Amino acid sequence: MNAHPYIPNSVPEVKREMLAAIGARSVEDFYADVPGRIRLDRPLDLPPPLRSEAELVRHVGALLNKNTSAQEALSFLGAGCYHHHVPAVVDEVVNRSEFLTAYAGEPYEDHGRFQALWEYQSLMGELLEMDVVSVPVYDGYQAAATALRMAGRITGRRRLLLVTAVAPGRLSKIEDYVRPDHDVVLVPVDPATGLADPAAVRAELAGGDVAAVFADAPSASGILDPALPALAEPAHEAGALYVVGCNPISLGAVTPPSRYGADIVCGDIQPLGLPMSFGGMNGGFIATRDEELYVGEFPSRLFGLAPTSVEGEYGFGDVAYERTSFAVREEGKEWVGTAAALNGIAAGVYLALMGPQGMREVAETILANTRYALDRLAEVPGVLAPYAGAPHFADFTLRFTGSRTAAEIGEALLEHGIFGGRVLSGTDALYCVTEIHTKDDIDRLAETLQEIAK
Amino acid sequence: MKTGPTPSPLTPADAEIGPKPPLRRFHQARWDEPLLFELGTPGERGVLPPLSQVPADVVLPDGLRRAAPPALPELSQPQVLRHYLRLSQENLGADFNVDVGQGTCTMKYSPKVNDRFVRDPKVAGLHPLQDERTVQGVLEIMYRLEGLLKEISGMDRFSLQPGAGSAAIYTNVAMIRAYFAARGEAETRDEVITTIFSHPSNAACAKTAGFKVITLYPDADGYPDIEALRRAVGPRTAALLITNPEDTGLFNPRIEEFVRIVHEAGGLCAYDQANANGILGITRARDTGFDLCHFNLHKTFSTPHACGGPAAGACGVSAELAPYLPTPTVEFDGTRYRLDDDRPESIGKIRPFYGVVPNLVRAYAWIMSLGGAGLREAAEVAVLNNNYLMAKVLQIRGASVPYAPGRPRVEQVRYSWEKLAEETGVHSEDIGVRAADFGTHYWTSHHPYIVPEPMTLEPTESYSRAELDEYAAILAEVAREAYEDPETVRTAPHRSTVHRAREDVLDDPATWAVTWRAYRRKVLGG
Repeated sequence: MNAHPYIPNSVPEVKREMLAAIGARSVEDFYADVPGRIRLDRPLDLPPPLRSEAELVRHVGALLNKNTSAQEALSFLGAGCYHHHVPAVVDEVVNRSEFLTAYAGEPYEDHGRFQALWEYQSLMGELLEMDVVSVPVYDGYQAAATALRMAGRITGRRRLLLVTAVAPGRLSKIEDYVRPDHDVVLVPVDPATGLADPAAVRAELAGGDVAAVFADAPSASGILDPALPALAEPAHEAGALYVVGCNPISLGAVTPPSRYGADIVCGDIQPLGLPMSFGGMNGGFIATRDEELYVGEFPSRLFGLAPTSVEGEYGFGDVAYERTSFAVREEGKEWVGTAAALNGIAAGVYLALMGPQGMREVAETILANTRYALDRLAEVPGVLAPYAGAPHFADFTLRFTGSRTAAEIGEALLEHGIFGGRVLSGTDALYCVTEIHTKDDIDRLAETLQEIAK
Repeated sequence: MKTGPTPSPLTPADAEIGPKPPLRRFHQARWDEPLLFELGTPGERGVLPPLSQVPADVVLPDGLRRAAPPALPELSQPQVLRHYLRLSQENLGADFNVDVGQGTCTMKYSPKVNDRFVRDPKVAGLHPLQDERTVQGVLEIMYRLEGLLKEISGMDRFSLQPGAGSAAIYTNVAMIRAYFAARGEAETRDEVITTIFSHPSNAACAKTAGFKVITLYPDADGYPDIEALRRAVGPRTAALLITNPEDTGLFNPRIEEFVRIVHEAGGLCAYDQANANGILGITRARDTGFDLCHFNLHKTFSTPHACGGPAAGACGVSAELAPYLPTPTVEFDGTRYRLDDDRPESIGKIRPFYGVVPNLVRAYAWIMSLGGAGLREAAEVAVLNNNYLMAKVLQIRGASVPYAPGRPRVEQVRYSWEKLAEETGVHSEDIGVRAADFGTHYWTSHHPYIVPEPMTLEPTESYSRAELDEYAAILAEVAREAYEDPETVRTAPHRSTVHRAREDVLDDPATWAVTWRAYRRKVLGG
């Protein structure tokens, strides 16, 4: 074949020279250990290659043009993936080749990566008010599942109490992941209010053998449960850890869980400067106090600051590397591999840009928009906000009491160029607003629902 | 301290491997960039978010209103940009160097055009819960990518959901567990067999999922020990997790027999295809009898490694295991693409939503730009480059390739500097640090060091002959220094951003500092 632009040595003359330099007859010599029986005796049956970059752009572009992005519509989708503004500087930094194409370099050629990730840990540490934060794991699901297994290893106990509404996908991941060592107990929330039931939590704790009480703040229903600060004490009295998942962008206005007794805090950094990308851009954070017992149970990498051989110079490296599977294979804690480092750098740049005031303002705006949307939409005939009494952040439940189902309402909204919320049941759907929504956007949703939700 | 180029008269042996032009002069950027927390001034702002246009001051319950804003630094926008761009310059991406020293990780060129696709709002601006009619393009790409991977591997179905290679290994182990649970053998089949030259995650994921791990060591020739396998298998065997070629670069010629032995014992076989780059179009997982496999899309199919992710994994399975794939799968009815969540035997969710979609788009574009013949060309050139580089490295004093002398290697080679270390006291790790002074990256290998003083090089198809010559010349120069001037190597780096950090500080609970908060408390005292 012709030389391929991605493959320098595909030039036939170069190949001949290289083979001659090695003393090989053909590339076949190098496959001598691949038995004939398992050799593919035909070419791979794939579509013909798109020869030129122009043709590739045309082909992929034609496929992508079949999509309508959430930016082209008015979207009220959240439910675990959030549409926030991504500052241009975040894009500029993470698209630099030096960061985008680097991998597992050592501190001596990749000092910048180590510093940027240590700074990410540190910025998250300030947001969470915790002294230990991991390099990003894959996503918030993994972070929650691992946080619970860490609690299990620390306490040596079996049962995990999930006490707020937890999104189905997140629950599915947790159940699969803890299966060998733990039983998941769902403590039902009050169906009338959507709130955790502290009496039921205490009753389960009394049953003993509880490794962790787990709450999400906000919950899968978008509720910031007033019971959260009161759950740490009974958990600790029962010898369990308090593990809280949180949405980091809320913490400009909302108390970090460490302040009300959480021992391990986890979540997803997607809201901090990462595009939605069809749900594909995530990073999980896990944070604890700076105690050897806790640090020793992290499976993921923890970058630390250390002096170098030159006075006053900051160096970086792995903290307590021997706990990882990289060091000791199956004797390590869970496993570690490539995860989501660059997304951590993105989140770091986001936090650095926002600063304390920016984080406060964005969280306040989302709180206010959510409250306005709840109140405004509940005024629409045929629309109820069943848990409207509780404080919400971003996500909230709407219940449609007219003749149309929640799914049919979504269909009708789509005809008006609006992406309605995630359908939860025949009557309920989870809607979401963020700082990108204006009052007019919310009013437009209300006016459209006025027409179609009767 | 040496800071300039180190020209030296070439010996005839050096001339063989010497680059033209000679070793380039390099110095990593050094900005003495402060920590972010040492920058800024109270009141500075980096970006202003929208303020609410509706009544604000939402009342939060007691204990849920943050008392004081987070103690983040306060910086203006140009300060943030300059800080991070200086850090970026203190980082050596694959786009800048002959990045063949991260063996086992397949560092290859990620075409820039593919990055353009994923920045487009038609990818970046999609919400995963949009109506399927509004995301037919991205679903079609996922469906087509599955089809391409099926042909490349021979498998019947794929999930594109895992977040990276290790997540894919875990996904395969979770499916193996579900398969035996469905057959009522969950309690009895509790052992997984792997090899010491497979990625640590094979052992670690199996353990995490509740299996006992049995590790096979190499035989005298470096191939996985088939007699050890025969001793290990039995009624407790759930699966074999194996890489082939292994990280030594050796392709196991008895791989079919391995699969047969495990199948006869009632176990499943999962092929870790982290090292697939050298065998694309040559041999396929399913044709060897494997029941499951996984690809690291960021490695084999060229998505950027991004400082250690986001990556993407893909799990392929036989029809028998397809019911256990993570949910949802992407289906096509001849007219419309849709997500299928109705999969009662599925292991459920492995990560949020459907996968690291930007990397799925990149991988699709990469395969479409090569086609079947191009994939095979990539494999063959990668293997040619590898054996060419091996011939060069074997000319360097102190370097050797353990096991199976004279046998070819596939896409990488695990070398040993044992002789050099014995003769000079310079270790493989020192060579890696010194290599950074020449503008390139080199990492030793995964632990444990079964091969003493290891170095694993994986040139892939992305580097030119001149670049391979350059890399070999850097190694030759460092080896020469080890013999003639070992202090220069032992005290490296000399042309880096920083000097060697004190490892003891990082291992001591009293001094480690994972965040600025901890550093402030432990070191600065407040």
